[in-house]
Amino acid sequence: MAVLTRKKKPTSVFEKLSDETWRRKFLRNVIIPWIFISPLLIIHIFVVAIPAVQGVYMSLTDWTGIGMNVNFVGLDNYHRLFFEDETFGKSLGNNVIWMAFFLTVPFILALFCAAMLAQVKRGGMLYRSILFIPYVLASVVTTTIWKNLLNPRQGIGAALDNMLGLEDVFGVAFLGRPESALISIAFIDNWHFWGFLMILFLAAMQSIPPVLYDAAKIDGANRWQEFRHVTLPGIRPVMLFMYMMVAIWSFLAFDYIFLLTQGGPAGASEVIATQLYKNAFFRFQAGYGAAQGVVISIFAGFIIMIFVTLRRRGWDI
Amino acid sequence: MTAIGKVSIRDTVLQRGRGKERSRLLVFNHTVLLLLTAFAVIPLLVLAFNSVKTNLEIGQNPLGPPRNIVPDNFPDAWEKGNFATTMGNSIIYVVATIAAELVLGGLAAYALARKRPPGSDLLMLYFLVASTIPLWMYIVPLFVQINTLKRLGVDARFLLIMVYVAGSAPLTIFLLRSYMIDLPTELEDAARVDGANEFQVLTRIVLPLTKPGFLTVGLVVGLGVWNEFLLALTFIHDPNQFPVTTSFYKFVDRFDRDWSLTSAGAIIIIFPVMVLFLALQRQFIEGLAEGGIKT
Repeated sequence: MAVLTRKKKPTSVFEKLSDETWRRKFLRNVIIPWIFISPLLIIHIFVVAIPAVQGVYMSLTDWTGIGMNVNFVGLDNYHRLFFEDETFGKSLGNNVIWMAFFLTVPFILALFCAAMLAQVKRGGMLYRSILFIPYVLASVVTTTIWKNLLNPRQGIGAALDNMLGLEDVFGVAFLGRPESALISIAFIDNWHFWGFLMILFLAAMQSIPPVLYDAAKIDGANRWQEFRHVTLPGIRPVMLFMYMMVAIWSFLAFDYIFLLTQGGPAGASEVIATQLYKNAFFRFQAGYGAAQGVVISIFAGFIIMIFVTLRRRGWDI
Repeated sequence: MTAIGKVSIRDTVLQRGRGKERSRLLVFNHTVLLLLTAFAVIPLLVLAFNSVKTNLEIGQNPLGPPRNIVPDNFPDAWEKGNFATTMGNSIIYVVATIAAELVLGGLAAYALARKRPPGSDLLMLYFLVASTIPLWMYIVPLFVQINTLKRLGVDARFLLIMVYVAGSAPLTIFLLRSYMIDLPTELEDAARVDGANEFQVLTRIVLPLTKPGFLTVGLVVGLGVWNEFLLALTFIHDPNQFPVTTSFYKFVDRFDRDWSLTSAGAIIIIFPVMVLFLALQRQFIEGLAEGGIKT
């Protein structure tokens, strides 16, 4: 409202610039804030925005990744991905299996554990901390531990066989066999991940007003009904959000697979990201790898769109 | 009066009933929780056991507690895994990334929370959209850029730090901005009335009061960088610049059969994280939960 009380309101750019107070205000409210913002913004633009745009262009070329020979090939790479490259379909299928695993196993485990933990008063903090430990470990360490534990001759399986007097029932190379490789990696990744999900659910459960539980009690609800009608609706926003995040992450999965099997044996645990990595960095198919990156991003964007649409329709996330 | 009396009697009855029910059912709760705790801890316990066994003993007793403790594995792994160099590198990556992230992110968040210059909304939209772009969309062109810059003589370590800073920029801005918005402006106005300039307002009022936000960002970013594997593997090719993760990856590859050595190496890597985690449990857990929900 200061503007109204001022006698002469500078209008043209020239007048504004010659007005001392306006200049000072402009400096304080526009220039300096943008100077504060710009370093991080510039770094981000150079690291993410520009390469992302380049990635789209690169996916339309046959560039090998070295040298100057770049030919524009249109959608050839995408055609090859979806219609010629059989390994891509297999990898995509593995991503879907991965997603099915991670949308069920860690969620059930975390939900169950958080419900158990929410009722515990004494020692609750201790459980919480210990169960969270695997989440803070580096993937290189986690995978090393489990590679040893799943070793067919010296791991848990062999010990179990020994104990039960069996031979080669549990002591098999879970990571080395095509039928069990992917699911074993998912199991290991989940060992690391589920505690994190549990903590999120627990925090959400603890923020449910206790009055609601008392009301349920008075209405004669049993524990299952309490869980079903008070706890679950209370943590639904967090659950749905994590459903979205986990669904997205399923298409980005890389570390554990690359570290444990590199996609093997014979492509049994290959996912899009490991394939992309090999194409771009080992096989001199940068253009083709970039196209796979774009496809992954489209899948991720698609999942976000589904959730945004559901949210718009009143499905509160 | 009677109504109140009735309610309170009903309450105590309910409570007593609940108390009985609780104590009975908590046995089940604790059983489940102990089993899950064992699931989380036993692999780590086996790792710790194996790190102080000889390879010979691991051959006969791969899972149980050690019969004799051999501490030699640690200096041996430290030597062969080149941990003196790679630990130093990792510390550089972590400290530099946290420092850059907190300084640059703090400045940007402050400007966005308090000054709201024209274009702020557009910028927030940019970071919102950018935070959904997967690394896989830009890793190949980024690799090319970084190689070009490396050939021009730019230090690869600096470039990796910039990639880390950019990667966590959206999270940092969202988190710090929300912490700053929650801060009542009266405090800042009072400081201004007392003659503080903008810089003093930021360093004397805003920063001390939003410390928890900075601690959260620092922990989330620092842990992420310490554990990070893929970007370091892709962008750092000089073994003298490896962080512990990629160096350990090659180390495990080389000493595949030597479990005592690789287990000791793994313990060396997780030791600093565990110490920090045990010291700052609450901040770690709540910070990571917050970071996870807000990304």
